[in-house]
Amino acid sequence: MALAADGGDGMTGEVAVLGAGMHPWGKWGRGFVEYGVAAARAALADAGIGWRDVGSVVGADTVRGGYPGYVAGATFARALGWQGARVASVYAACASGAQAIGTARAQILAGLADVVLVVGADSAPKGFFRPADGERPDDPDWLRFRVLGATNPAYFGLYARRRMAVHGDTLEDFAQVKVKNAALGALNPNARYRKRVTAEEVAESAVVADPLRLLDICATSDGGAALVLSSMDFARRHGAADPVRIRAVSTVTPRYPSTVLDLPDIATDSAVSVEPPAHTFRASVALAAYEEAGIGPEDLSLAEVYDLSTALELQWYEDLGLCGEGEAAKLLREGATGPGGRIPVNTSGGLASFGEAVPAQAIAQVCELTWQLRGQAGERQVPGARVGITANQGLFGHGSSVIAVR
Amino acid sequence: MSHTRTPVVTGWFAGEGDDFRLLGTRCAACTSVFFPREDTFCRNPGCDGGALKEVPLSRRGRIWSYTDNRYRPPAPYASDPDVEWQPYTLIAVELAAERIVVLGQGVPGVTVDDLAVGMEVEAVPGVLNEDAKATWTTWHWRPTGVTA
Repeated sequence: MALAADGGDGMTGEVAVLGAGMHPWGKWGRGFVEYGVAAARAALADAGIGWRDVGSVVGADTVRGGYPGYVAGATFARALGWQGARVASVYAACASGAQAIGTARAQILAGLADVVLVVGADSAPKGFFRPADGERPDDPDWLRFRVLGATNPAYFGLYARRRMAVHGDTLEDFAQVKVKNAALGALNPNARYRKRVTAEEVAESAVVADPLRLLDICATSDGGAALVLSSMDFARRHGAADPVRIRAVSTVTPRYPSTVLDLPDIATDSAVSVEPPAHTFRASVALAAYEEAGIGPEDLSLAEVYDLSTALELQWYEDLGLCGEGEAAKLLREGATGPGGRIPVNTSGGLASFGEAVPAQAIAQVCELTWQLRGQAGERQVPGARVGITANQGLFGHGSSVIAVR
Repeated sequence: MSHTRTPVVTGWFAGEGDDFRLLGTRCAACTSVFFPREDTFCRNPGCDGGALKEVPLSRRGRIWSYTDNRYRPPAPYASDPDVEWQPYTLIAVELAAERIVVLGQGVPGVTVDDLAVGMEVEAVPGVLNEDAKATWTTWHWRPTGVTA
């Protein structure tokens, strides 16, 4: 089957995940380089690989700190000590981490490097994310703030209200997503929020963007995550006989006309001249990953999805094909996506427990898959986990989904 | 203070009263409509590209979804930090003829309690903010009183 827009069949080899590491999420008030280096060292130690044995480093950039993350890959390489590795840096908003993993995988499969270190880290400001200073009327992100005051939570509010009207989701459903994720985050030493939350506490928190309350919306955090990826040959030579493998990395763009209002847009594409594609952008991100991996949602042991809001986690259930359209709240109520359920979602605790550290987050999702697939997730462990998927979406049309297997 | 009425973005809307319209562009080759306006290229991947001509959008549509800002948005949204924050609504509206959803602020005074998905609204002229340079104008969505 043709998978890519150019008819490319998407058939690829697998790459091994030799190591995963994180700097705990929080509001630590230090520079992102420190978090990234800590995560990189943890991943290298986990892999049993020396920094000098890394052939390439790929950094996921933060937009903070000037020159995007001082151009992140080289900044991390310099901090770890220049050793001549090939370097690349990527930025794709929330999808930056997936692009960094995709870049590393391409280098490995092309034979350009045997061992690649992927690092993302951020030091987040307080309050709403906002555009950089200056007058930029040709920048859609600047315009949505100037003309509408449309913050990220405002878009989350629009999606949540739409689900309530179309699918009958309730505020209680949204609160139960937070309850589930907070309980899992309480078990994760890398999570920022490690306290269980009740539905009453969600209901009593302040409304930020109707119908969503403070505890429905993810915070912004400091944090760092890293992976050591290698060729399968290298992994075998290194003594990793049965490593976690990355089988798919989906970094697709939308197809015209995209008819779901996405951040930071002020309007959708018009469908007046071209019928909309069969799948929304978010669903197509997951489909591309499934097709590349040769698996379907029925094969999954767990999923890590981008719960920027509680309601958005429910949306992902449907976009990943875990249930039919409009059935996400039912899936949640049945307990299918909780611990011990048919398809646990956000076993890490999700963004609800981490808060978003943009360039690190998609990498952190793969760290959680890695630990789950190795059976090292402690009290969060999904018994017998074999296949996991991550999913998220970056501003301006960046898909992000990774499938890992063992 | 000057009170020159100046659109917050040039060319996105025009007219007063019942003649007020959002302005998009339409591709002469494939009829695709764009808002915010595209003036340099047609974004339909199946189109070789035609002239993009200004076109007024339907004045009325139905609410796709809505929310509000209970907290003051950060700059470049203009607001006086010394004045107590007044929440306002944001309404995403589906225009049937153009098959497009356009986001806008609700008219002042409308709250989320006044709104429902599917409710009919119309585009009306509004004021975003005033400063030393100008009275910056925008579009607002206003319920027509017709429900779904």
